[in-house]
This record gives sequence, structure tokens and C-alpha cells, in this order.
Amino acid sequence: MSFALNPEREREMEEIFSRYPNKQAACIPLLHLCQEQHGWVDSDVIAFVAGKCELPTAHVKGVATFYSLFNQEPVGKHEIWVCRTLSCALRGADKVLHHCEKRLGIHEGETTKDGKVTLRTAECLAACGQAPMIMVDKTYHENLTLEQVDKILDDLVGKSG
Amino acid sequence: MLKPVKILTKNYDVPDSHKLEVYLASGGYEAARKALGMTRDQVVDEAKKANLRGRGGAGFPMGVKWGFMPKGGDKPSYLVVNADEGEPGTFKDRTLMELDPHRIVEGCIIACYAVGAHAAYIYVRHELHLSKERLWGAIREARDKGFLGPKPFGVDHPVDVFVHTGAGAYICGEESALLNSLEGKRGEPRLRPPFPAQCGAFGCPTTVNNLESIATCPTVIEMGGEEFSKLSALHKFGDGGCRLYGVSGHVNKPGVYEACIGLTLRELIYDLGGGLPEGTNLLGVIPGGSSCPIIRPDDIVDAPDPKSILHEWHGKPQLDVPIGVDTMRNLGTMAGTTCAIVLSDQACPVLAMHNLMRFYKHESCGQCTPCREGMGWMMRILDKIVAGKATLEELDLLHEIASNVMGNTICAFGEGASMPMLGFLRKFRKELEEYVRTGGKSSTGRLAL
Repeated sequence: MSFALNPEREREMEEIFSRYPNKQAACIPLLHLCQEQHGWVDSDVIAFVAGKCELPTAHVKGVATFYSLFNQEPVGKHEIWVCRTLSCALRGADKVLHHCEKRLGIHEGETTKDGKVTLRTAECLAACGQAPMIMVDKTYHENLTLEQVDKILDDLVGKSG
Repeated sequence: MLKPVKILTKNYDVPDSHKLEVYLASGGYEAARKALGMTRDQVVDEAKKANLRGRGGAGFPMGVKWGFMPKGGDKPSYLVVNADEGEPGTFKDRTLMELDPHRIVEGCIIACYAVGAHAAYIYVRHELHLSKERLWGAIREARDKGFLGPKPFGVDHPVDVFVHTGAGAYICGEESALLNSLEGKRGEPRLRPPFPAQCGAFGCPTTVNNLESIATCPTVIEMGGEEFSKLSALHKFGDGGCRLYGVSGHVNKPGVYEACIGLTLRELIYDLGGGLPEGTNLLGVIPGGSSCPIIRPDDIVDAPDPKSILHEWHGKPQLDVPIGVDTMRNLGTMAGTTCAIVLSDQACPVLAMHNLMRFYKHESCGQCTPCREGMGWMMRILDKIVAGKATLEELDLLHEIASNVMGNTICAFGEGASMPMLGFLRKFRKELEEYVRTGGKSSTGRLAL
């Protein structure tokens, strides 16, 4: 089964290509665009990007596996990233992580059984002055208390989650 | 010397500061207009006079870097802006992108003119979604106004700016890895020479500047380079102007602050950062992002030689030395990103070391054997130390490994990872030995309060 972008994203792809003097430079933005639609970077996505950028599939696979934000397997509908580097750790990141693990019933790196949430740890997310913090999909939630973490999780998975 | 200013941050508290009409109302784009009315050499000269040391951590003089770019030649030149803010403890560049993106666009126009480029790529780490959104918004507004396009301010020097996104790799903040990433490759650093000014993005002459450095360009042109430089108490050491400082960790008022260069760590921690929480005392401060060796409150300046730039602070606490590229280097640490991480005596230095080692191990690109293998090896030893299962000999082994990673790698990540480890080993030797001897019982057992 081969991968294709929906029409709106096809247009975005054309705009991405117009920014660069060659096709290869569009590789990473294009991988992001495909992942937004597909959820992860599988071999069909790799073949698609390789074709569009005129790159060997091995090259694209090398890129897709180098960067931590390209998912190598399917993930939940939402991704929670808990920053755990020093400034956040100094302000209680461990407590935030454990609280998320307890509430969601999973360990970091895992996805809830209903496929709603994947919980991951991140290295420094450049929010050190507003620590501890989590990133839910594209949104930063900063200056967190555990009560606020509960509210975020309630909104994501419902109060029983 | 504490001299807070609101130059780079002057629009931060203005509602809708990211919008063009607000930026124009505060005099925005007048500096770009002025710069494009000067010659390219004159603009570079102002940057040199400004003594603007790169704000990304390496502190290389921006004007000198601009001077490396060729004139003429058969290849186009490029400006690449490093907004891959990933150094642990660092969170200043995103404030510029979120709150004053037009300042960055204006800085790109000035810098492109200075280096002979017609396209600028702002490489923003992927996670900073609001930053990217605001930058694209500013770029579109600037394009609509003609500030970006074939004839900015009526001058025949076309400029366009693009945002390029990363994908979660700290190493892409290293300029040559960033260039590879921009080109659609794995973010693996390059051997130098050739340097970016000879062969950078897409095989063409390229200047890579930090985002804050670029955002400072309008001020340099507006004030004049020399006036800008003289804001700094370290102007005589070629470290000019004002800059953003950050403070995080065990302080009462973590955040981003702007001040003239001359600020000391004590002022950053206690005056700007509001001091440490009640009942805690300072254990140590990492001056400018995790790659900088830690300073302890009792560390004293040892500079008896009158020729040393630190001589005027000889015998004084290191916390009272103005934070500058050269002053910090002479103390055996770095000014780095001037975003300090503060540890109180409630935090265990062994756990801090372990936390940072985990970061560096995660972020090694894997190209160089000493780094790739050394990170893993040091991590395993630190895991053993934290678990209370290490020996004192393994502390020496840690020192040996770190010392052998440094200097034996393609890029400065080797130093960036080893120097903090060596710093902790040197400054917290007693605490480390106690931890090993007692299996961790001597430790507070935590990092958070």
C-alpha cells in the first residue's frame, strides 16, 4: 500500500519545495508533513519522501531514524512529552512524570491501551524558567503543579483515565 | 555591575508585539532602511565596532565572521540563523521569536546585506511551534509590505527569509550539523576546513549566526556599533553591548532578563533571580547552559599576573566577576548562553551530574568513536555511582574517559559533554567520594526541593 498526501497537504508540499534551491532540503519538512497525516514514518512514507525529494530510500531512512521526533512506530492520538533535563528536574519533573505514569497506567515510552495517549520523556525543551513543564502535541504547558497536570490529563482522557 | 536595560526586550510587554503595526510604531525597520543605505563594508564595520560576540555560546565576534564572506563569485551566499535553542538551561531565544519576530526579520535583512546573501533560513527547533508560527507571520507581513522582496527599502538587494524546522536533535545546534540538517541529511557535524564561509549550505558561502545575535543587529545599526559596544563594562575586552540572561533552577524568580554586559553571576542569581528559596543555600551555579563547568560560591579568582584580564578580580569570589566570553573562559568555564542553572544545597550534585550525562548520551550523534563510546561508558559508570555500586577507582576512570573524549572529536560536542563532567569531578570530588563510600546515604537523594 503506498502513501499519498491529502490535497491540502499536497499544496503545502509544493510550497515547501519552493523554499529551497534543491529538492533534498525539503526532506525533513516533508517527513513532518507526512507524519502529521499518518502518525508515524513507515516504509511507505519513506518511499514517498524519497521519490519526491529524489533521494535514495536508504538516505531518507537514515534521516527518519536519526531525529527523535520521527515516530518509528504508531503512537497514540496524543503525545505527552515530559521534559526531564536539569532545570526541570530541579523543579520537580520526576514528580510530574511519575504522576502521569500513575494516572495513565503506563510507563514512559508506552501508549495507553485505548490508543489515546503516548507518554514520553524529552530532553530540554527550552522552557527552563517555567519549569516543570510538559508538551502535549504542539502545546507547551508550563509552570505546572500536579493539580494542573491532573486538569490537562482530565481534558485529554477524561476523569476516569 | 547591574545595569538592566530594555533594548532587545523593549516590545516584550506591549500587547500584540509580534504584529507589524506594533513593531513599526516603535521605530521598527528604520535600522534596515539605514543599513541598506550604507555600503556593505560599512555595515560589517559597524558590527565589528559593536564587539558583538556570538550569543549562541561560542562567542565568536559576529563582525569578524561577516568579514569572511566572499564578494562576487559564481555561487549565491546564504545566511543561516541558528534558532535550535537546545542547550539545557537556555530559553532566551524563544522569547525573541515569540514576542518580537519582526526584530529578527529586520536583523536578517541587515545581515543578508552585510554578507551578500539574498536568502536567510531560520533553523528553529521543531518543538517551538509558537516561535515558528510567529516568525512565519512576521515574514508574511514583511513580504506584503515589500520589506522582504526584490527591492527592500528601494535598494536593489533582494532578500527573502524562510523558517526551516528541526526534528529533535540537540546536535543540530552545532553549526555544521545544522547545515547538514538544513540540506535534508542526518545532523552529523562536518570536518572543518572547509568552513561555512567557503562551503556551507548547499555547497555555497554561508554565515551561520545565533538568533539573538541577528536580533541585535537592528540595535547595532540604530545606535552605531561603538555606542552599542560601550554599553558594556567589558567593552575594553572586546565584549560589547547588552544581552539576554536567563536564570532557572533553585531561584525565586526564574526567567529571562536583559542587562548590559558587566552583570555578575551573583547579581543574576540574587538581584535578578530573586535569590534562593528560604532555608536553602547556594551549592553551585552552571553559568551559561549545561556545557559550562559549574562554579561554587567559595571559588576565588586566582589571577596574580597583572597581564591577566581577570587581574582586577584577583582574590575575589568568582561569582563577582562580570560574565563575559573571555572572563569566564579564563575562570575555566564559559559564558555560554548566559542562561544560568542554580543548584541549592538541597540538590545532590551526583544526581545533577547523572542528569546531564543522560542528556549528553542521548544527544551524541554517534559519528566519532570517542564520543559515541565515551558517552555510553560514562553513563554506565554514573548509573553505577547513583545506584551505590561504584568504586572510587571508577571516579578516576570517569576523569580518564572524559579527558580522552575532549579534543578527539569532529565537533565541540566532545568538549561540551566532557567539560561539565570534569567540572563536577573537580569541584565536587569530596561529595562524589562520600556518595561512593556511603552508597548514596550521604546524599540529599534528590534534585527538586
